[in-house]
Amino acid sequence: MATTTSTEVSRAGTATRAPRRPRAGRIERNRQRWGWFFLAPFAAVFLVLLVAPLAYAFWMSLRTDTLAAGESFTGLANYQRAFTDPLFLGGLGRVGLFVAVMVPIQLGVALVAALVLDTLATRLSRFSRLMIFVPYAVPGMIGALMWGFLYSPRFGPATDIFGLFGATPPGFLAPGTVFYSLVNIVTWQWAGYYMIIIYAALRGIDPAVYEAARIDGASGFQIATRIKVPMISAALVMVVIFALIGTLQFFTEPSILRNVAAGAIPVHYTPNMYAHGLAFSYQQFNYASTISFALGVIVFAFSYLFLFLTRKRSGLNS
Amino acid sequence: MSLQTTGGAAGAPPTDRTARRRPRRDRGTDHAARGPHSSRVGSHLFLLALVLYFVTPLWWLVVGATKSNSGLFASSSSPLWFADDFSFVENVQQLWTYQGGIYFTWLGNSFLYALAAGVGATVLALLAGYGFAKYRFRGRNAAFALLLGSVMVPLTALVIPTFVLLAEMELVNTRWAVILPSLLSPLGVYLVRVYAQDVVPDEMLDAGRVDGAGELRLFFQVALPLLRPALVTVLLLTVVATWNNYFLALTMVRSPDLLPVTVGLAQWQALSSGGAGGETLWNLVVTGAFLSVLPLIGAFLALQRYWQGGLALGAIK
Repeated sequence: MATTTSTEVSRAGTATRAPRRPRAGRIERNRQRWGWFFLAPFAAVFLVLLVAPLAYAFWMSLRTDTLAAGESFTGLANYQRAFTDPLFLGGLGRVGLFVAVMVPIQLGVALVAALVLDTLATRLSRFSRLMIFVPYAVPGMIGALMWGFLYSPRFGPATDIFGLFGATPPGFLAPGTVFYSLVNIVTWQWAGYYMIIIYAALRGIDPAVYEAARIDGASGFQIATRIKVPMISAALVMVVIFALIGTLQFFTEPSILRNVAAGAIPVHYTPNMYAHGLAFSYQQFNYASTISFALGVIVFAFSYLFLFLTRKRSGLNS
Repeated sequence: MSLQTTGGAAGAPPTDRTARRRPRRDRGTDHAARGPHSSRVGSHLFLLALVLYFVTPLWWLVVGATKSNSGLFASSSSPLWFADDFSFVENVQQLWTYQGGIYFTWLGNSFLYALAAGVGATVLALLAGYGFAKYRFRGRNAAFALLLGSVMVPLTALVIPTFVLLAEMELVNTRWAVILPSLLSPLGVYLVRVYAQDVVPDEMLDAGRVDGAGELRLFFQVALPLLRPALVTVLLLTVVATWNNYFLALTMVRSPDLLPVTVGLAQWQALSSGGAGGETLWNLVVTGAFLSVLPLIGAFLALQRYWQGGLALGAIK
């Protein structure tokens, strides 16, 4: 589909260009080469800091360093090890669970907040928009640090707040609950940013559509769910992609919270934490590169799959 | 490819925003005037509940920064209200002198890393995005497909291999080890390309060419002023990403005087909760965290006009 259109375009291009004198064509072609000139600085950084590390990681993952024999080529043995390694698989399962729980919650909060904001034009709504967004300006490390204090029975207000209702607070940093404590931290951190993206997309809809719907007797709720949400599906897809990629790379929040809840968060809690520990606590750079590369491929594959599955839908509706 | 399709479908030209906002706002007030009173009250209560949730941790930080080490404990004063003794000044003084004021070295490093990486990444993205948008060079489609694919490569997966590469170039544990990897912003290139396609008219460039202007001069004098909103957006996104980054600096630098504030504070936090033999620096951790979030929050409040329009670029991609 895409290829046919592009060939049609280029055919049309050559057709109009054909009658021109060859010299003008050459000048034109030389001018278009300036594109590479503008692209060159970024391309250099791209090659050195993205392509080279990826290639290097793959190369390293094909080798194994042992004390007895030194470094040697071992093919896909590291991958065989990784995909039977309960610590890696456990971390992978955990971030998968985080995606399943966290992404819908973040998206839900962001979407509902944006839809409500879109119906209001008061000073309070503008103020709320700003305040909900503010955590985006707080580093993830600081966010996790603050929530670590708030969760702590020694420092936090939970005992007082639950005490008002005569209850005792749950242990936020216990092994069973720390998962939800982390979900809360990340939601707090990112929902506002996603809300701003969705809100901006809502503002881009032509209001005449709502007028037409209202004349047809649609309620505010119907307008929101049947018109607004489908019309911003492209923005929603982007938000999910951002959240998906971010969550699969989970590192900062669990490692900061680990400082105050070491019992509940093991060093291999997420694949990135596992890789970091392998590299810097055990000097296993080859195996760490394998984990990194495998994680990169998985993230890429899932994002691509998601884009592929939603492509039709977002294309149809917008 | 599909990113491009969604971009084409939902990609309302950013220039239309201001024109569109007008009727929207009229509709908004009109609707507000006609809408059922009760639902508006409900909406506002809902928003207030959200604001309470999002602001409470920051309020705790403000209050916590005014407390002494022992005052931070919930048993001595309410965590969400000020204690009787106001120790903010003492805390800042202690930060200023503790380990020779290393906290402020960290803060300076964070500024340096964020600005250097932000400016660098923005320049690269502006040039490349403009090149993609305005020239039909050979290999453009393949290069752009590669760029789109790289948006989905998780950057943390690159950190450990980049560490090993930079170690071989003996760049690890230098400022470059943090700045160089942060220069990479495929998303920035993408945003500039989408924006440049809409706001820089080919006719204008052609007219400049007829007048004898070179391609570089066209970029600086014709395109760049038009691309200013994209510039602000990409600068903001990259500065925030670098300022907030933790994993990269944690991996790349070891020397205490090269750390950014995020990694430094995490070390103090680990030290304080270590218990046995560790010093308790809780008041320094909390006051340090408070001071470190002020610059970005201040910048966002001051630059509202720019980022609210600018992040929309991200939305309508």
